[in-house]
Amino acid sequence: MTKLIYFSSISENTRRFVEKLGLSAARIPLYPHDAPLRANEPYVLVIPTYGGGNGDGAVPKQVIRFLNDPGNRAHLRGVISTGNTNFGQAFGLAGDVVAKKCHVPHLYRVEIFGTPDDVRAVNEGLDLFWVAQQQLAPQTA
Amino acid sequence: MTLTDPVNFAKNDPAHRGKIKLVEQVSAINWNRIQDDKDLEVWNRLVGNFWLPEKVPLSNDVQSWNTLSSQEQMLTMRVFTGLTLLDTIQGTVGAVSLIPDALTPHEEAVYTNISFMESVHAKSYSSIFSTLCSTREIDDAFRWSVENENLQKKASIVMEYYRGDEPLKRKVASTLLESFLFYSGFYLPMYWSSRAKLTNTADLIRLIIRDEAVHGYYIGYKYQRGLEMVDAAKREELKDYTFSLLYELYENEVQYTQDLYDEVGLTEDVKKFLHYNANKALMNLGYEAMFPKSVTDVSPAILSALSPNADENHDFFSGSGSSYVIGKAVNTEDDDWDF
Repeated sequence: MTKLIYFSSISENTRRFVEKLGLSAARIPLYPHDAPLRANEPYVLVIPTYGGGNGDGAVPKQVIRFLNDPGNRAHLRGVISTGNTNFGQAFGLAGDVVAKKCHVPHLYRVEIFGTPDDVRAVNEGLDLFWVAQQQLAPQTA
Repeated sequence: MTLTDPVNFAKNDPAHRGKIKLVEQVSAINWNRIQDDKDLEVWNRLVGNFWLPEKVPLSNDVQSWNTLSSQEQMLTMRVFTGLTLLDTIQGTVGAVSLIPDALTPHEEAVYTNISFMESVHAKSYSSIFSTLCSTREIDDAFRWSVENENLQKKASIVMEYYRGDEPLKRKVASTLLESFLFYSGFYLPMYWSSRAKLTNTADLIRLIIRDEAVHGYYIGYKYQRGLEMVDAAKREELKDYTFSLLYELYENEVQYTQDLYDEVGLTEDVKKFLHYNANKALMNLGYEAMFPKSVTDVSPAILSALSPNADENHDFFSGSGSSYVIGKAVNTEDDDWDF
């Protein structure tokens, strides 16, 4: 069962964070010639923020391609972003953009690939989040 | 100004015969054949981030500067000359020393951009000084930077590694400079900004902070690519080296912090900021964070001066859940995603 879907560039920082969570996860492909990923059950999206801090191009284009699929969008329940506070307003901006466009909560912001404290906070937060989601299940299944 | 002079330093080093090592062979760079996608991505990002101090209305801070006590003004100037020294080193030696080690011509080009921007940063502090201070005050602050033992030690530790023979060790030193050593200095303009003082100066410093994040990320990324090409024993040695260099720098950094901030009572919070950034420097190099949350909990005012999204209550898991909207099945049009 896949409850996390993530995108990570070749720096692999977001992948490292997701692996530390120890949850089953699927990766959005890096290259256009790769087979597209399809979500078939509710998931939380974990994505890095791109761009230089001006707000342009914050969501990686691979993630946009993935979310352009209405089926993928329908199963999205929340978003977690990775980034760096050094980018000021743009810290985790990709998460804000996805949350706003898809009407899901921006659950957490992680720096680089997350500290052990982040891993704990996100694991605990996700446990509670999925319990709450199951109570909403008839509406969202 | 007569700070630690990299050229004369190199002259004293017989291995370099008075010169920084240069690339031995050059081929025309072809940006249409990229070996590592990160090179182009980071180049574009750095170019997109380009800025000059002349664009920041520093003169709007003159009134605010005059509300600071003379002790606070002196502290601010000392902090900025310390940062000037680091930027000078990184611009004229650090980033340049990475060029001969580059694996791709595009990596070389990125280092030239980093090197130039570090020189822009170094010059920015002079723009701040010339806007806010007298020539005599400026000269005094630069004299202090030459005489302060801990600042000079910090510079000489890093310089020593830049002149060494190991490409991966140079990247470690460079990443620790970009992602750790600057932050005892960056703390102060964030502190002033959180108290609505020197806010234009803080805007300029935020541009520098943003650049340093890309530099630390990129050099740390190249370090990790380099690690893939050495055996396990070497990787272990480099990890030990990284942590011992961090400890050495950290101990000196704590003393430097005390020199500067004891008088204004900020030392303890600055140390938390050092821990917080040491963790990020380690992560840029691919290593796990070392300091637990109990010693990285910088004052929230400083964190929000750095990023308004950094406070504890901003996200669903970490706080009030103010961003929580129950997931209604709203259809978005594909066009919504065309940024």
